[in-house]
Order: sequence, then C-alpha cells, then structure tokens
Amino acid sequence: MTETSTGLRAKHQRMVLVVIAIVAVVAAGLLAAYALRNQANFFYLPEQMSANPPEAGKAVRLGGMVQPGSLETLDDGITVAFVVTGNEAATIPVRYSGILPDLFVEGSGVVADGSLQENGTFLATNLLAKHDENYVPRELEGLEQHQSPEQSYTTTMYTD
Amino acid sequence: MHGYANPTRFLSLARWLTPVLLLSGIVLSVGAVAWGLFVVPPDRLMGETVRILYIHVPSAWLGMGGWTGIALSSAALLIWKHPLAAIGARAVAVPGMVFTAICLATGSIWGRPTWGSWWVWDGRLTSMLVLLFLYAGYIALAQASVRDGGSSKIPAIFGIVGAVNIPIINRSVVWWNSLHQPPSITVGKSAIAGEFLIPLLIAVLGFSLLFGGIVLMRMRALIAEMQVEARLRRRALEDDVPVAASMGTS
Repeated sequence: MTETSTGLRAKHQRMVLVVIAIVAVVAAGLLAAYALRNQANFFYLPEQMSANPPEAGKAVRLGGMVQPGSLETLDDGITVAFVVTGNEAATIPVRYSGILPDLFVEGSGVVADGSLQENGTFLATNLLAKHDENYVPRELEGLEQHQSPEQSYTTTMYTD
Repeated sequence: MHGYANPTRFLSLARWLTPVLLLSGIVLSVGAVAWGLFVVPPDRLMGETVRILYIHVPSAWLGMGGWTGIALSSAALLIWKHPLAAIGARAVAVPGMVFTAICLATGSIWGRPTWGSWWVWDGRLTSMLVLLFLYAGYIALAQASVRDGGSSKIPAIFGIVGAVNIPIINRSVVWWNSLHQPPSITVGKSAIAGEFLIPLLIAVLGFSLLFGGIVLMRMRALIAEMQVEARLRRRALEDDVPVAASMGTS
C-alpha cells in the first residue's frame, strides 16, 4: 500500500516537473522569437524603409505590393520602373533591369534585393515574386471575392 | 494507459492495423495526388505548378506532426515511464525526417518558378530547415543511447526541447515579413478554392494514414529486434550456467 502510494506520488512529481519544463522551454522559445521580431524580417515594408531609411548603397530587401498602374518599361526596353506600396501611405519607387519572375504583375506582392539610392529610388538587383495565400482556378478569375484587390492587398501584406 | 505497455497486446493490435493503415493510406494518397495532377484546374497566377501542393502540404504537415508525436511520446516516457513510448518516438523519427526533407525539396522546386528563387533565408524556410537538423540530431542521439546502453531519458528531453520549433514554424509567416505566404487554411475558413481544397484534404488524410502504417511497421521491427537481443542474452546466460555450477562444486 505504501509502495503504490509512493509510486503514485513519484509519478505525480515527474508529471509536475515535465509540465514545468515544457512551459519554461516554450516560454523561452517564444520570448526569443518575440525578441527577433524586427531582426528576422525577410524584407522591409515601404513605411518601415521611409521611416528608418538605410544608408544609400547598403544592401537591403524591400517588400510590398506593386502599385496598380505604376509599372512601366523604360525606353531602353529592359529596365522597368514601378512603385511599391505597403499597408500605409508610404511608397517607394523601384527600378530594375533584368528578367521578371512569372508571378510579377501589378497588384501582387514583390520582394526586391537591392539598395536605396541618394535620390530615394530603390535600385533592385533581383526581384522575387510573392504569392498570396489564395488559390483560385483560372476559370473563376474575376468571379470570386478572392480576387478583390483590397483583400489580396491586406492578406499579402500581413503584418501587425 | 498501461494497457498497451504489454508488447504482446500492442503487437496483436498492430498486426492487423498495419496493413489496414498502409493500404488505405496508399489508396487515398495515390488517388488524391492523381486528382491533383490530372483533374484540378490550373491556378490563376501559378498555373500548372500549383499541383505540387498535393505533395508539399501533406509532407509539411507530417514533418511537423512527426515531431509533435516525438514530443508527446517523450513526455509519456518521462512521466509514466511507458515502455512503448521510447519505441514509438524512435519509430517516428526517420519517417518524420524523410517527410520534412520532401517538404523542403518540393518547396524549393516550387519556389524557383513561383518566387524566382530556389532558396531564401526567410523565417518559414529557415525554421523548417532547423526541424530537419533537429530530426537528424534526435536520430543520432536515440541510436547512441540504445547502442551504448545510455538512458532513454536523454533523447526524450531533446524531443521535448526541440518541440519549441513547432509553434515557431507555424507562426513564422505571421510574426515576420516573409516570402512564404501566410496560412491559407485557418480555423473555420479557407482561402483555397474548393476545387483545390478537397483533393488536398484527402491527400493530407492519406499521407497521415500511410505515416501511421509506417510507424507501426517500424515499432514492430524495433520490438522484434529487442526480443532477439533479449533471447540471445538469455541463451548466453544459460550456456554459462553449467560452467558456473561446476566451478561451484569443485
């Protein structure tokens, strides 16, 4: 009888210890992740970049939405210019010479490697297209509310 | 809880459950992947490349689910000293790592045409790569503890500590600006059109059943291995007995 009750008590003790350990480890992990909040961003949004501009020529990534109507090909035929917007009013003009990824269209997400120039233009050396979380068949394009620009705007630019 | 601590009872259950899981898993996965390859329409932006979804998503799910299984078994081992928990965790590790690798490989292949890059160091991709390394570490640690007769508590503690990475993978696309898109399927709503979603859910179910079957197979193999070792040890002892007895009488 005493043996089983001590056995139960030991089991109880182990359970409390394991639960405390799990809580401590998860809390440590979440705190570390929280501390990395602004360091672990893959790119800066236009409002982050204009509020806190990196020094000219320093390699950074700019991410955001290609503003509809802003995309144009310059006279040399290979350079494109467009404007990147984020969640707020701030916008950053971008220039890029090279091959565009398939998913690069106006109104969709883009991540540009490059650097900010003295004149405030972002000179991109590489473009990555960002896909949003919506999966819609071609046949339904335009029929679904998935497609509404506001929604894909807010979802693609998911930040707090 | 301890009903299946007895390997004989577990084995009699596993004996008929293994083929059931394997067979239904294979049928559902092959069916869902074929549906995804031949029936599903192309996506409005990604076109045909969307079809890799039906391997990428179930693999990611199993890579993360596998480690969740390791963490739960590890807790059961530490708290209840359940003898099958250590075997279960060891059995999950290798298939879990394989599916994590499949997820990374298919994601990379998908990223090239979609994003324009094979690999980027963004939060989701990096934390998934860390999961692959955690699996490798767990497998090495568990094997070393079995071979050198070490305590099975050490891999169990590693399994619990490594579980920190699971919520980080899950939240990585929400916490940080990421190239990977935010979650498409959240509680009660989906941003994936029905044509894509139904075969995806079937693929996830099929891959999971297949995974369960593989884990049971590996558990049976590990138990058989332990029984062989125990029998060999007993035989070696029996051979020693007459010698010891004759030494005693002389």
